[in-house]
Amino acid sequence: MTKLRMIWRKSLNYFMLTLTGVAALGVVSVLFLILGYLIFNGGSSLNLNFFTKLPVPVGETGGGMANAIVGSLKLLFLAAVMGLPVGLIAGIYLAEFGGKTFSFIIRYTTDLLNGVPSIVIGIFAYSIAVLPVKHFSTLAGGVALGIMVIPITVRSTEEFLKSVPRSMREAAMALGASKSKTILTVVLPAASAGVLTGMLLALARVAGETAPLLFTAFSNQFWSPGWGQPVASLPVMIYTYAIAPYDDWHRQAWAAGLVLLLLVLIANVGTRLLLTGRGATRSA
Amino acid sequence: MKNSLVLVSLLLGFTLLAVAQGGTILLNAAGATFPYPMYSKWFNVYHQLHPNIQINYQSIGSGGGIRQVMAGTVDFGASDGPMSDDQIAEFKKARGMGILHFPTVLGAAVPSYNIPGVSGTLNFSQKALAGIYLGTITKWNDPEITKQNPGVNLPSADIVVVHRSDGSGTTYIWTDFLSKASEEWKNKVGKGTSVNWPVGLGGKGNEGVSGLVKQTPDAIGYIELIYALQNNIDFGTVQNAAGKYIKASLAGVTAAAAGAAKNMPDDFRVSITNAPGPTAYPISSFTWLLIPENIPDATKRDAIKGFLKWMMTEGQKDTESLSYAPLPKPVVAKELKAISLIK
Amino acid sequence: MSSAQTTIDHSAAPLPSGGSRTFLRRWLEGDEVAHVVTLIFAAGILLLTSMLVWELWVNSHLSRARFGWDFFWTKTWDPIFDHFGAAPFIYGTLVTSVVSLIIAVPLGLAAAIFLAELAPRKFSDTVAFLIDLLAAVPSVIYGLLGIFIVVPLMRTTIGPFLKSTLGFLPIFQGPNYGVGFLTASIVLAIMIVPYIISVSREVLLTVPREQREAALAMGATRWEATWQAVVPWARTGIMGSVFLALARALGETMAVTMVIGNDPKIAASLFAPGYTIAAVIANEFTEATGDLYLSALIELGLVLFLMTFILNGLARLLILATERGGGRPA
Repeated sequence: MTKLRMIWRKSLNYFMLTLTGVAALGVVSVLFLILGYLIFNGGSSLNLNFFTKLPVPVGETGGGMANAIVGSLKLLFLAAVMGLPVGLIAGIYLAEFGGKTFSFIIRYTTDLLNGVPSIVIGIFAYSIAVLPVKHFSTLAGGVALGIMVIPITVRSTEEFLKSVPRSMREAAMALGASKSKTILTVVLPAASAGVLTGMLLALARVAGETAPLLFTAFSNQFWSPGWGQPVASLPVMIYTYAIAPYDDWHRQAWAAGLVLLLLVLIANVGTRLLLTGRGATRSA
Repeated sequence: MKNSLVLVSLLLGFTLLAVAQGGTILLNAAGATFPYPMYSKWFNVYHQLHPNIQINYQSIGSGGGIRQVMAGTVDFGASDGPMSDDQIAEFKKARGMGILHFPTVLGAAVPSYNIPGVSGTLNFSQKALAGIYLGTITKWNDPEITKQNPGVNLPSADIVVVHRSDGSGTTYIWTDFLSKASEEWKNKVGKGTSVNWPVGLGGKGNEGVSGLVKQTPDAIGYIELIYALQNNIDFGTVQNAAGKYIKASLAGVTAAAAGAAKNMPDDFRVSITNAPGPTAYPISSFTWLLIPENIPDATKRDAIKGFLKWMMTEGQKDTESLSYAPLPKPVVAKELKAISLIK
Repeated sequence: MSSAQTTIDHSAAPLPSGGSRTFLRRWLEGDEVAHVVTLIFAAGILLLTSMLVWELWVNSHLSRARFGWDFFWTKTWDPIFDHFGAAPFIYGTLVTSVVSLIIAVPLGLAAAIFLAELAPRKFSDTVAFLIDLLAAVPSVIYGLLGIFIVVPLMRTTIGPFLKSTLGFLPIFQGPNYGVGFLTASIVLAIMIVPYIISVSREVLLTVPREQREAALAMGATRWEATWQAVVPWARTGIMGSVFLALARALGETMAVTMVIGNDPKIAASLFAPGYTIAAVIANEFTEATGDLYLSALIELGLVLFLMTFILNGLARLLILATERGGGRPA
């Protein structure tokens, strides 16, 4: 091997390895850039008005997003009530009871549902929850988000239930517990940290969804009483305000973006810390 | 045990939220972005006068207003392009009743632009505007534009054309004018709330177009007057039918409506673009609320009728502060009578 | 959980082994009920997804009947004359997705290699977690940043730079508005790179040590060992991550519609404004006056669904292939 070739190989080595480091650094710094930009632009607009006032007429200043914050919470509540139980129980089926072919079909269908673009879910929710009753509603928005929550919950429930060691199950069964009793009293509690974090992450995921809300929950400049009226939500407000020309609206969009991002990040970081406390690691 | 208690009380709390607003009359409306600054002000003021009436208006574009009122998902719609005969027939077929148009204000669509280094008012001939939107005039220093603007140093930059990406009454007004101004436009593109644009970027709503024009150098876009004023976007004069170059103003819009005021058809659907007269602003228009003829819910019907009455009388006093022209008196008189048609 | 000190209850049934007595006992002890109940919920997902496909199919009937297969290559989108074609949107969807992959794959693979091969384990885990957080950022926030950071950057810096260096290529010609195919692709690339990094890193971590060590033992440099022995082993898994990222990019709505320019045209230049399937549905769904118009939009939704369906299937197969049989050497 000639000296020149060695030098070439060595330099290529250093160069490429540095490049990969730069790439990783670059991607991570995007996260901090996003956070920084949102804090810089949105932090100053996070005043009391933002959290307590309703939107004011176009062109005026001093309005807030109180109704959108409550609206997003109501939508998440509905998504949780409608989607989480389905995901949990279906996950239990796949982990504990499933027959080979049927499980495969269910898993495949769940993956399929997971991959459906959120705008298409919005179309579906529009046809089943808006058209028949002829009005936009919080409920319809909750249906759309609830459907999106299901596949994420199924997968994480199944994964964490399966990770409970066989010895635990067998011990319970040896003591005379039936299969369902074992699941309820032994397996689920053991997997509870993972299952709960999976649910929280699913909710965090749909909290930021905009597209499916555009024609289900619509929007509302007032408070939305009950579940049958259109409702404002943080993501839709961010979208509406961002594409408009009013500077005041832009500032509010940044602030709302910061609030939304912080909520999502807290959910993700919090659940990860909870999990690593129990020694389990999760893949994305 | 504790957890389920918490859950139950949360659920109760939420249901209470649902029931708490028992006495409020909630109306949902959607449509035009053209008059949105005016409507958002009106509905806000009206809510303060009548705290139990809440009119939630979403500006999704006139096309959206027509669609949603047809589907029945909103109580009434709003559009600056009157519904066509086909659309009215479709409405009848879908909902089994007719639909009424109620003019609310007069507004103007202006050619707004953002040319670095050029401030002040440009003059646009009818040929220039048609050419820009057809894509035949591509640079700011095209002779057709410089001819009308001697002394202005227009750059040789490409014109960034901005139009609406959504179904829009403002588009209807603009293309209605261009169809009258240019045979080529009439045959090639035509008029409507959503057309097959030869060139340009699409913005969503008057808001989106304003946003794009404001942020994109060398852009031109058509927006309602108030959007240009509220956001300090330059806009130009337009050549009217009499050949004069008029800048949009309350006087120009009112002059454009003069003829229609005298000869308003019973269904209030009328076009006042390219109106005759030396002072008329050529891209003016009425904008309408679309109210179904039959509203079975008595409280909703009375609320809507009450608002309409207020809008035509008290509400008209607020229009000038937002640069919309008030309705001509004969039109108001005719409309007040038409309210009784809502059953 | 029962205490481990209880004595074994010999009167309780042993593990079920079949027969009608045990069936009854299982039923009474709730196992059959549990099985049935969970089965119903699982089947419910099947039902839900079928309903979704059915609704899409039925509601697009008008458009499918009217336009047939021509829908796929008709270039006009004309609501006035009721003439609808999917070509500009399929084009826009594919172009933005492919260009975003061209940007994201090298970047993502490089980062994944760094994290899997070079970084100390704990550091790698932390950084990987931070990159996962990027995947959790909502789309509308990417759109917000796209409008106020990427678009001006494209107009003032990136665009002119590309024009001055590579302006002879048709893809970099024409006016540069700031919004357009390239801007949308850049925003998409940032959104999908976490998926590529996450899956690729995991796949790379499963490559047996012997692969790398064998190459190093033969005198390869660190990079050579990685690029020629480790990465090819994980080839199928990495391909799977690319497909996954692609499927995600195809369906992305908000961020794209805020920066693509919303013009249903097929253009050669990446600076030109365009439109994607998801963006046009978001913009025009609530205002499609006319049943044919709405039906055409829903047909577009069906097309998008099919595209992501096929891609997701391929991705799953590829990732499965790596996990099952391990990679095959280059």
